[in-house]
Amino acid sequence: MDFQISDLSLLAPHMVVTGTALLVLLVEAFRPGKGRSDATYLSILGLLVAAGLTLKQFGAPASTGFAGMLIADGYAAFFNMVAYVVGILTLLVSDSYFRSEEYEHGEFHALMLMSLVGMMLMSGSNHLMLMFLALETMSISIYAMAGYMRTKEGTESSFKYFLLGGASSAFMLYGIALLYASCGTTSLTGMVEYFSTLPSLSDSPMALAGIALVAAGFCFKIAAFPFHVWTPDVYQGAPTSVTAFMATGVKAAAFAAFFRIFVVAFPIASGAWTSAFWVLAVATMTMGNFAALAQRDVKRMLAYSSIAHAGYLLIGMVTATSEAGTGMLFYLISYVFMNIGAFGIVIMLGKKGEDRTTLEDYAGVGFKKPLLGAALTIFMFSMAGIPPTAGFIGKFLIFKAAVHEGYIWLAVLGVLNSAASVYYYLRVLVYMYFRESESESGDVIRTSPLSILAAAISVIAILVLGIAPGYLVQIAEAATAAF
Amino acid sequence: MLEYIWLIPFLPMVGAIINGLLNRRLSHAVVNTIACGSIFLSFLLSVGAFFALTRLEPAARFHEVNLFTWIAAGSTEITLGYLMDPLSAVMCLVVTGVGFLIHVYSVGYMHHDDGYARFFTYLNLFCFAMLTLVLGNSFLVLFVGWEGVGLCSYLLIGFWFSDMEKATAGMKAFVVNRIGDFGFLIAMFLIFQNFGTLNFREVMNAAPEVLIYGGFTVTAICVLLFVGATGKSAQIPLYVWLPDAMAGPTPVSALIHAATMVTAGVYMIGRCNIIFSMAPTAMATVATVGALTALFAGTIAVTQNDIKKVLAYSTVSQLGYMFISMGVGAYVAGIFHLMTHAFFKACLFLGSGSVIHGMHEEQDMRYMGNLRKYMPHTFITFLVATIAISGLPPLAGFFSKDEILWMAWSNGFKFQWALGFIAAGITAFYMFRLVFMTFYGKERINPEVHPHESPATMTVPLYILAGLSIVGGFVGIPAALGGLNHFHHWLAPVLDASSAHEAVKHAAMMVGDGGLAVTSALASGAEHAAAAGHAAAAGHHDLTEYVLMAASVGYAIFGIAVAFFLYNRRPEIPAKVADSAKGLYNLLYNKYYVDEIYGAVFVQGCVNLAVYLWKFWDVVVVDGFVNGLAKVVAMAGSVLARFQSGNVQAYAVSIMVGAVALIFLVAAF
Repeated sequence: MDFQISDLSLLAPHMVVTGTALLVLLVEAFRPGKGRSDATYLSILGLLVAAGLTLKQFGAPASTGFAGMLIADGYAAFFNMVAYVVGILTLLVSDSYFRSEEYEHGEFHALMLMSLVGMMLMSGSNHLMLMFLALETMSISIYAMAGYMRTKEGTESSFKYFLLGGASSAFMLYGIALLYASCGTTSLTGMVEYFSTLPSLSDSPMALAGIALVAAGFCFKIAAFPFHVWTPDVYQGAPTSVTAFMATGVKAAAFAAFFRIFVVAFPIASGAWTSAFWVLAVATMTMGNFAALAQRDVKRMLAYSSIAHAGYLLIGMVTATSEAGTGMLFYLISYVFMNIGAFGIVIMLGKKGEDRTTLEDYAGVGFKKPLLGAALTIFMFSMAGIPPTAGFIGKFLIFKAAVHEGYIWLAVLGVLNSAASVYYYLRVLVYMYFRESESESGDVIRTSPLSILAAAISVIAILVLGIAPGYLVQIAEAATAAF
Repeated sequence: MLEYIWLIPFLPMVGAIINGLLNRRLSHAVVNTIACGSIFLSFLLSVGAFFALTRLEPAARFHEVNLFTWIAAGSTEITLGYLMDPLSAVMCLVVTGVGFLIHVYSVGYMHHDDGYARFFTYLNLFCFAMLTLVLGNSFLVLFVGWEGVGLCSYLLIGFWFSDMEKATAGMKAFVVNRIGDFGFLIAMFLIFQNFGTLNFREVMNAAPEVLIYGGFTVTAICVLLFVGATGKSAQIPLYVWLPDAMAGPTPVSALIHAATMVTAGVYMIGRCNIIFSMAPTAMATVATVGALTALFAGTIAVTQNDIKKVLAYSTVSQLGYMFISMGVGAYVAGIFHLMTHAFFKACLFLGSGSVIHGMHEEQDMRYMGNLRKYMPHTFITFLVATIAISGLPPLAGFFSKDEILWMAWSNGFKFQWALGFIAAGITAFYMFRLVFMTFYGKERINPEVHPHESPATMTVPLYILAGLSIVGGFVGIPAALGGLNHFHHWLAPVLDASSAHEAVKHAAMMVGDGGLAVTSALASGAEHAAAAGHAAAAGHHDLTEYVLMAASVGYAIFGIAVAFFLYNRRPEIPAKVADSAKGLYNLLYNKYYVDEIYGAVFVQGCVNLAVYLWKFWDVVVVDGFVNGLAKVVAMAGSVLARFQSGNVQAYAVSIMVGAVALIFLVAAF
């Protein structure tokens, strides 16, 4: 494999984030201590530097390095930015959480940064092996993060995620092996070349099975039906800030790689996988929404709602045009803001050792904490897809792309689903504003300036993206123009 | 002047922002100056825009202002802007004019309320959303306003929070509206797919080329748009939220649930009249649903004892008339009725608010009576509005309702006409029943209550609205009565009736060929429409028009007479009638049990389905599987046994099943 020093420039942002992770560990080793946020500030600084480096990739021509394994294009740059946003927001919302739990250690920050590096590599991988390694880099850090608090629930959550994640990785790896066996390569470019020599893929059932298994691996990470079963348990058991990180970062990175690989490498089989994803999208949306309807715990409700969001995003996978890609990119970034924002509020409404996440715990919060209530209202409206929030634009773009390609029924089912979802999002507001407050609800809250900053950033982003989405749509369109 | 139309919606928004941010720090006087002032300025601007339009040639009476490019990126370019044309001008005048009066009224009505500033914030915000709705130049802007008014109505219904009944009402309104929005959104996607744009003028101009007359696409679009309209404008089957929405403060009922928001569906159909005219099946659906709603809601109103509930069902019924009008292609008449209804229904609601205010929150008419003695101003204005809604000449309601019924008849929608005609007499009956029970007869007032007249900020708006209920109809006196029908001429450039006639005529040909399955009503209607078109062109008037006019006036007087007899002369009879026809009475009193049926079928059904789906996969299939395995695992002393819910294996099986299914799905292709 030939390697040039200049290739390293493609890795500059990744190296900055990795370096920050190591630095955080060093600082932690020399200055262990509670009540300070050194690690948080240092990590945010590192992510901002990386963001500065990534900015230069926008608009620059796509370049590949490391024998074509890694690609740096607008698409990867976009998802790197998503990763930074996820990272910074998670750090901000974690602050008050770990502070109140008196569990402030830099290891958490280091693990999260490592996981981010995995996510960044996933969106830039032009090769199935790199993608797989990146996916594991991301996942292994998260397994550790989920069990970070060493509570019974956390450990259970971590262990479940680890076992099932391992199983799904095995599926994916087997799929990659089958693809290698039929194509003789696992580079996306190489596979496209091989497929172009085939008249049709039905001659190569091995490759088809490989494609299906790779899809199964991704479906696990994005929590699509019926690969979603772990989600509620794992999301509920993990520390809430880790849940926020998993629900957004993993989903974004998995969709990034999912879309690139299927649209770039497997268009020849699109007839096969679009119909499969059609079924998955409908089942995932419906399952997620209806199960969320039945929940009385806000954290669990958000877990099922994240499944439903994966279903809407799968509509983009079915459509598989660059227009759909634009919609998915926009949807994912708005999803990051509204989801971490919502989980941030969930964190703030808990207290030490007790998460207080049942609907009853939210009774009357809207009056006791009007600003928190207003912020959560905006997040819920955005998730339900009501204008003028970012959530509406995201759904609009995805459904529009689907209709454009003639998937009218899929859009109809999507819109129906989002209409049904209003009910459970609104139920939170009904408890917040219309129920007499229980003795304790909303009294003791854990806030810190940083977590309030996270909520403020998310609210502003959701409204700005909802009212003036033009600029971001342009960027997203440029990022997916190549597909 | 027309360059500044964007200020019309933005002024109330500025008012909302100021009042919303400074909230409790402002005195009542400042709050209401800002709130009423901003909407009054909008009204002046609307008047200015109206006169600016009159100075233009009829065909050139439109002005589009692009505010900003919302999304502009290669394949997608969506600009947001406002469009001022004769239709928008009428709507703006109604919304800002009636809206201003209701703002003034609220100053008195909400005086003692803790959330004074918050109330006006929402009210101004609502006006912003409503004006965006009527001024939007594309489906998307309309939709933003459409969602915005829904949201504000949700906020305002639940204004006195912490009350579970109001919370449920607000929630119901929102969820039912989302069902309607679903139709609207799909229609919007279909329009975008077919036209590549959502701009009204572009869509309407291109419609004759892009869509096939009576084709599947145009019918689907129109039916779906109408689904949206049934949600917002409270028609069968989605009307259930409106009566419950009366839980909110009375000025809100007047503004949102009578004069403005609920007419959004009618306005939207008017705005899309060109595509609706291309879909005769959809038109027949609109007219039929409207007629059924008019009668259905009217019969419910007969038995209600809550003064606001009567008015609520009356609103549903009157909206039904507007949809009859839209469905038979009489778009101008529909908008005309929208306007006159805004006047008299706002007057009625505000009057009922004055009664409730003076009666210390009593809403049950059985505990009222002889209130004209205590509230002379409220009484006289209420009576005027009641006469107007009953359709007696020369008040506003007569001209607009009669035009609708005549158009339904002459365009051949005899069935819809019959339903509307029956409902007209019932309207006169229940409205006068309300008047007699409230303002006449024996005092049945709770001794602790000392009724009093309301302050001038409340009665002056009542007088103005009563005045409008009298003269409001004069702008649209039909040619048959020697009028010039200015209203018709004004709206003609947008709601061109001739094209509607063309369409209905066309439908006749299609039906004649047996090529299209439309209702027989439409079939016969088409011929009459053609005839009516010729008649109008020739300038001579059918004798039938006068006969029907006389019949409906006579019928209304009959309804009033029955109400007079039953509720004034012999007030003991209604109870006996109710007793002897207990089944029917209970059916009507309980609103045909529709709420209960919806509750059992849809709400409970959905919840059950949700629980079932969730349980079926995540609990029965996945967790249930483990019950068998868990024991084995526990015996093996596996590390997994430590977990109480050790469903990991079952989860793995689910993933396995998924992977196999995926392989099957992909490979089976």
